Amino acid sequence: MFLRAGFSMLRPMPEPYRINFVSDTAAWLGGIRSAWLSVFAYVLFGTYIGIGALAYDFNFSLAWVIWSTLLVWAGPAQVILISTLGGGAQLIEVAIAVGLSGVRLLPMVVSLMPLLRAPQTRSYQLLLPAHFTAVSMWVESMRLAPQMPVERRIAFCNGLASGYMMSAMIATVAGYYLAARLPILLTAALLFLTPMSFLVSIARNSSMLVDRLAMIFGLILGPVLAFQNVELDVMWAGIAGGTLAYIAHRIRSGMQ
Amino acid sequence: MSLTTSTLWPYVVLVLVGFLPNEIWRWLGFALARGVDEGSELLVWVRAVATAVLAAVIAKLIFFAPGALASVPLSVRLSAMAAGFIAFTLFRRSVFAGVAVGEAVLIAGAFVAEKL
Repeated sequence: MFLRAGFSMLRPMPEPYRINFVSDTAAWLGGIRSAWLSVFAYVLFGTYIGIGALAYDFNFSLAWVIWSTLLVWAGPAQVILISTLGGGAQLIEVAIAVGLSGVRLLPMVVSLMPLLRAPQTRSYQLLLPAHFTAVSMWVESMRLAPQMPVERRIAFCNGLASGYMMSAMIATVAGYYLAARLPILLTAALLFLTPMSFLVSIARNSSMLVDRLAMIFGLILGPVLAFQNVELDVMWAGIAGGTLAYIAHRIRSGMQ
Repeated sequence: MSLTTSTLWPYVVLVLVGFLPNEIWRWLGFALARGVDEGSELLVWVRAVATAVLAAVIAKLIFFAPGALASVPLSVRLSAMAAGFIAFTLFRRSVFAGVAVGEAVLIAGAFVAEKL
């Protein structure tokens, strides 16, 4: 009990939950509703219009790009996959480029799974939310899941991701058919949606000093390491930036 | 074995070089999360690393812009990001305000840059 109290000073857990659902089905539907009420459904819509158009430009079939959205489910990885494969790169090069862009998913899944796991949860129930983990779903799950009882979180997060995926699917199809008619500036604006929405959404989720510092360090270290041609630049920027932020957080809580 | 003519081959490629190299990180995260408790100190560090990785991805997308975004000058891309962030802080931390203002500045800036 004492340990629990110690932790709650770090991360306040509101006890009467602000969100509740009568059943898992209600939680799943609630997740879809939250998805469509959040700005991400529309950001994903724009992003995937761009991805659908890109796939058309590189002569991929519509079915193929729809499967890529279902299976890969990560915007930056799909942009890399389509443009490098379409550009005629070696398969191993494509696999490496996609693999490097996916590193960010690892710490996201590690931090999300414990929030979703109730004492009675079976491991396999976490496989689907792990596959669904992408920036949009992660940001909203990390914010909303702690506000509801733990037994409903898996269904809610699956609903959230289902809602986002529906938006992405419709947009992939729309973008594929619109491709030939999209002006270059609009395509540029669609590609800008990813970094702009990622930035403000991680800023919104960073209520603790440690998260804010991690964001600032990552923003600086990312391009610095990339300009220095450091291999695995994004991964090192993340480990170094996150660890520095964590050390600062420990020093600060040690002084109090 | 063309990517666009054969029926099955493109899907084999999708699984091998698109799905697997990306999904492996999710599976690894799934495996590593097993012993981690909600509210543990380790999770504070993992979340910080996730946030920093994401921030690095964002900065790289701006400095090394993909496709059509590269046609917009770097100064415009950076100004649009800054404007979007300022709008986000001014309008009650609204993600929508940040994205809308950032996009508006990007489009307007690209127009102006073309005229100069």
